[in-house]
Amino acid sequence: MEFGPHLLLATLEGAVGAAVLALTALGLSLVFGVMRVVNVAHGEFYMLGAVVAWFVASTLGSAPATGFVAALLIAPVCAAVVAMAADRLVLKRLHYDPEATIVATIGILYIMQQTALMGFGPEARPVAPPFNTRIALPWVEWGENGLALFYPWGLSTTSYKLFVIAAAAAILIGFALFLSRSRFGLIMRATQLDRETALAFGIPVERVYSLVFGLGAALAAFAAVLIVPIQQAHYLMGADPLLLSFIVVIIGGLGSLRGTVVAALLIGMSDGIISVFFSPTLAKILATLLVALVLVFRPQGLYGKKRA
Amino acid sequence: MSLSARSIALHMSLIAILFILCFTLSDYHQGNLARILVLATYAIGYNVLFGYTGLLSLGHAMFFAAGLYGLGLPMHLAGLAPLPAFVIGVLCAALLSALVALLALRTIGVAFMIVTLMFAQCVFLSILYFGTWTRGDEGFVIPQAARQIMGLDLTDPTTRYLAALLLFSTALLITARIMQQRFGHVLIAVRENEERTQMLGYDVFRHKFLAVVISGSISGAAGAAYGLLFGYVGATFASVQYSIFPLLWVLLGGAGTTIGPLVGAVFMFYLIDYSSGFTNAYMLIAGVALVLLVLFARSGIMGEIRKRWVPWLP
Repeated sequence: MEFGPHLLLATLEGAVGAAVLALTALGLSLVFGVMRVVNVAHGEFYMLGAVVAWFVASTLGSAPATGFVAALLIAPVCAAVVAMAADRLVLKRLHYDPEATIVATIGILYIMQQTALMGFGPEARPVAPPFNTRIALPWVEWGENGLALFYPWGLSTTSYKLFVIAAAAAILIGFALFLSRSRFGLIMRATQLDRETALAFGIPVERVYSLVFGLGAALAAFAAVLIVPIQQAHYLMGADPLLLSFIVVIIGGLGSLRGTVVAALLIGMSDGIISVFFSPTLAKILATLLVALVLVFRPQGLYGKKRA
Repeated sequence: MSLSARSIALHMSLIAILFILCFTLSDYHQGNLARILVLATYAIGYNVLFGYTGLLSLGHAMFFAAGLYGLGLPMHLAGLAPLPAFVIGVLCAALLSALVALLALRTIGVAFMIVTLMFAQCVFLSILYFGTWTRGDEGFVIPQAARQIMGLDLTDPTTRYLAALLLFSTALLITARIMQQRFGHVLIAVRENEERTQMLGYDVFRHKFLAVVISGSISGAAGAAYGLLFGYVGATFASVQYSIFPLLWVLLGGAGTTIGPLVGAVFMFYLIDYSSGFTNAYMLIAGVALVLLVLFARSGIMGEIRKRWVPWLP
C-alpha cells in the first residue's frame, strides 16, 4: 500500500481508538472533576464491562445482535453498581482524602483484576460483533485521464468500526446536553464548583458523589462493550486504557470536560497513527514522558485554566 | 536507658536474632528470609521518603530497577566483576533519583504520585524497548561463576543470607542514625507541616531532594543486591507492581518506624507465598490488604504498637 491510503487506514483505526478513549477518559475526568478523586481502578471498570459483555453474550448465545444489545445495557449497570458499592464501603469512609483514596483505589484495582482472573480465567475471549460488513474505501490518484477513483487492496474498514465511532459521538453529545440541560447535570456542576456551598443549598453531596462514581465507571464499561468485538476481553486489559485516560485527562486539564474530549481525539488519533508507523512501545514512552513533563511544568494542563 | 541507647539496643538485638536464625532455620525458610531481607532493604529506602518525609511515591520500582540493571547489564554484557558492578548499580539509582527529584519535586500531593508513576512507567517501557540488550520481559540470568566476591560464593545459601543481612543491617543502621540527627528531624518536620518548616528558615527543597536521593539509592542498592544474590534480572522488577509492594510493606509494618519495613515485608511475603500455593490470583491478598490498611490501620503494625504500648519505639 502507498503512503496516502496507509495514512487513511491509520487515521480510521485511530478514530476508533479515540472514540473509545474519549468515553473512558470522560469517566475518569468526571470523577476527578466532581469528587477530586484520582480513580486508579478506572481501567478495571473498563475490564469489568468487557468481561460482563462476554458473559452476557455467551449466555444469550443465539444471535450476536441480541447479546450485544443486552451487553450494552447490562455491563454499564453492573460496573455502576460495583463502583457505587466501592464508594459507599471505602471512599466515603476515607472522607475522599486525595492521597488515601489513591492507595485505596490501587487496592480496588488488584481486587477487581484478580477476582476477574479467578472467575473469568487468564484467556482472552472474543465477543461477536452484531454486524460486520467489510466496506472497501476508494482512493483518488492521477491516472492517464486525470483524477481516477480506485479501490486499493487492503484499504477497508468495517461497518462495526463506523458504528463504534458514531455511538461514542452520540454518547458524548448526549452527555454534554445532560450536563448542561438536566437538573442532575446542574447539581453535578454545582458540586464540582463548590462543595461547601452546594451542601449549604441542600444538595445531598454524598449521594451525588456516589452517583458520579457510578456514572464514571458506567462510561468506562460502555466504552469497553463497544471495543470488545474488535479487541478481546482479558483480565489485564484495563492497564492501557487507564494510562491513556490519565494522559488525556492531564493534557486536557484536570477536571475540564471539553479539554478531555479534545485531548482524547488528539491522543487517540496520534496513538493510532504513530503505532501504525512506529513502534507502539516507543510511542507510549514518548507520550508518558511528555505527559509527566506537562504535569511538572504546566499542572493546569494545556487547555485548563489556572486555578486561583 | 536514654532514647538513642534503647534504639541501638533494639536494632543490635534484631540483627543478632537475624544472625542466629541463619543457622537455625530450615533451608527453605533461610532462602525466603534472605530474599525478604533484600526486599526489606528496598522497603527501608521507601520508608525514608514515605514514612519520614511524607512523600508518597508510586514509582520506586524505577530505582530498584536502576540498581538491578546498573549491576546486571555491565556484568552480563561486559563481564564486569560484582563489586564494581554493584557500585555502578547504586550510582545509577542515585543519578536517576536526583533527576527524578529535580523534576517531580516541583509538584506536590496527587500530582507527585502520578508523576513518579509515569516516570517509572517510562523506565519500564524503555527496558522493554531496548530488549536487544535487556532481553525485556524474559530477562537474563547472571551465572554462578560470575557471582563470586573475593573467594566468597554468593550462590551458597548461607553466604547469600549473610550478605543479605549485611546489606539490611547497613541500611537499617544508616537510616536509624539519620533520623536521630538534625537532618532527619527536619524531614519529619516537613512531613508534619511543610509551610511551617519553610517559615522556620529550613531549605525544604534541599531536604526533600536529599530524601529522594537517599531513598532512591537505598532502593537501588537493594535492586543491585537482588540481582547479585539471586542471579536474575528481568523487567518485572520495574513494573507498577514492584512500586506498589514497598508501599504495601511499609504501610503494613508501620510508616515512619525503623523496623516496620522488615515486619511488613515478612508478613506480606509469607501471606503471598502461602496463598500462591492454592491460587494464581495471589495479588488479591495485596489488594485487600491495601484497602483494609488504609481504612482501618493507617499506622501499621509497629505504629499501633508504638501508639499503645511502647512510645519510645524508633
